[in-house]
Amino acid sequence: MSLAKRIIPCLDVANGRVVKGVQFVDIRDAGDPVEVARRYDREGADEITFLDITATHDNRDTMAHVVEQVASEVFIPLTVGGGIKTLEDIRRMLNAGADKVGINSAAVFNPEFVREAAQRFGSQCIVVAIDAKKVSQVGEPERWEIFTHGGRKATGIDAIEWAKKMVNYGAGEILLTSMDRDGTREGFDLSLTRTISESVSVPVIASGGVGNLEHLAEGVIQGKADAVLAASIFHFAEYSIQEAKAHMASRGIEMRL
Amino acid sequence: MSSVAVIDYGMGNLHSIAKALQHATPDVDVQILSDPELILKADRVVFPGVGAMRDCMEALNQTGLTEVIKASAKTKPFLGICLGMQALLTDSEENDTIPALNILPGHVVHFPEALKDAEGNSLKIPHMGWNQVHYAQHPLWDKIPQDSRFYFVHSYYAVPDDNAIIAATTDYPDTFACALAQDNVFAVQFHPEKSQAVGLQLLNNFLHWNGQV
Repeated sequence: MSLAKRIIPCLDVANGRVVKGVQFVDIRDAGDPVEVARRYDREGADEITFLDITATHDNRDTMAHVVEQVASEVFIPLTVGGGIKTLEDIRRMLNAGADKVGINSAAVFNPEFVREAAQRFGSQCIVVAIDAKKVSQVGEPERWEIFTHGGRKATGIDAIEWAKKMVNYGAGEILLTSMDRDGTREGFDLSLTRTISESVSVPVIASGGVGNLEHLAEGVIQGKADAVLAASIFHFAEYSIQEAKAHMASRGIEMRL
Repeated sequence: MSSVAVIDYGMGNLHSIAKALQHATPDVDVQILSDPELILKADRVVFPGVGAMRDCMEALNQTGLTEVIKASAKTKPFLGICLGMQALLTDSEENDTIPALNILPGHVVHFPEALKDAEGNSLKIPHMGWNQVHYAQHPLWDKIPQDSRFYFVHSYYAVPDDNAIIAATTDYPDTFACALAQDNVFAVQFHPEKSQAVGLQLLNNFLHWNGQV
């Protein structure tokens, strides 16, 4: 008997619809978020993450409404990220029915926000999202930095140091996205995932680059991730969550089947 | 129609648990309550909670709900969830030592540092995710398969003085009590309101339970 690794489908939401594009280009419509969430729940998703990819004021209202609808019929943990900047944003999403919120750029601009949020609402609901990109050259020891603005803007902050700092500030979980792999379907940056997971005491969710089911298994076995997050492979019914779980279980990973 | 009071003492979001109770048993009157008199009138009581024990006990003392909880736990079907379970013990080692409600004699302790699984991999704290629950006979486990997975998120766990009140255990990696039962009181460390079908079944069982074992 032991704790299962988690599969977390991620719904990128814009203007009340689930969308998927590569690096925010070529965005395709993938359905109504409430219906999609319902399907993932039936298929056995361990949690669901909603990411507000526009993070505008209007979209935030829409997002709160989506979460409210999903939370009244889907009884697994729900996370909301994208544009969470204030304690009021967090309160609003928790009241709508979210169990956790993802904080990304706001943590980079003001790390104290994470501390305040954890003190106010508890670490269990604070997920710090880290977008990291490799900055070392071939032959050098590997090094990753934090990037903002969808991977376009370097901050000069070392990813490992940042992850440790965020945990000290009260992050209950780290959502780690490789900006080199996001949207490529080439698999997670396993070296990055493993390095961060072994550097912090809290669970790490691997994200960015999943193109097939073996990538999910690699994230846990080689990347040492506690959970794996993927979007596009599930949206267009390429694979179901059940198939993903069955595959991971066949590789010896403890799953909730 | 029978009623269930979800105790509101300002610790965390109670909508999830209220929605889950309503979904589990549509013909029950679910009320989120902070008024002691109304809580005492309800047929059943749910005592939820997330966050830190110190804040929890402060909130209970400030709202004057301590006595209501103690009275309810003596007289009617009572369900403690997560921090609402831990608060029923005698004390918690969180912030050195915090005295708690002492309804279930025992202590709340932190997982040891540097946990490893059998293969030598580090285990994360908090214990977060779906883990198996191995139960002993009790009406609240009705129609729930043995060793089902429930959703957990916690860094502390209960160690009761009397092992006879342990209603279920979980391994992480050592075995700990994840559910306690004493007369009309039942308490769980996991979140039934976030544990999909098996969680809703447990809530449904609670809403049909007469408090007898």
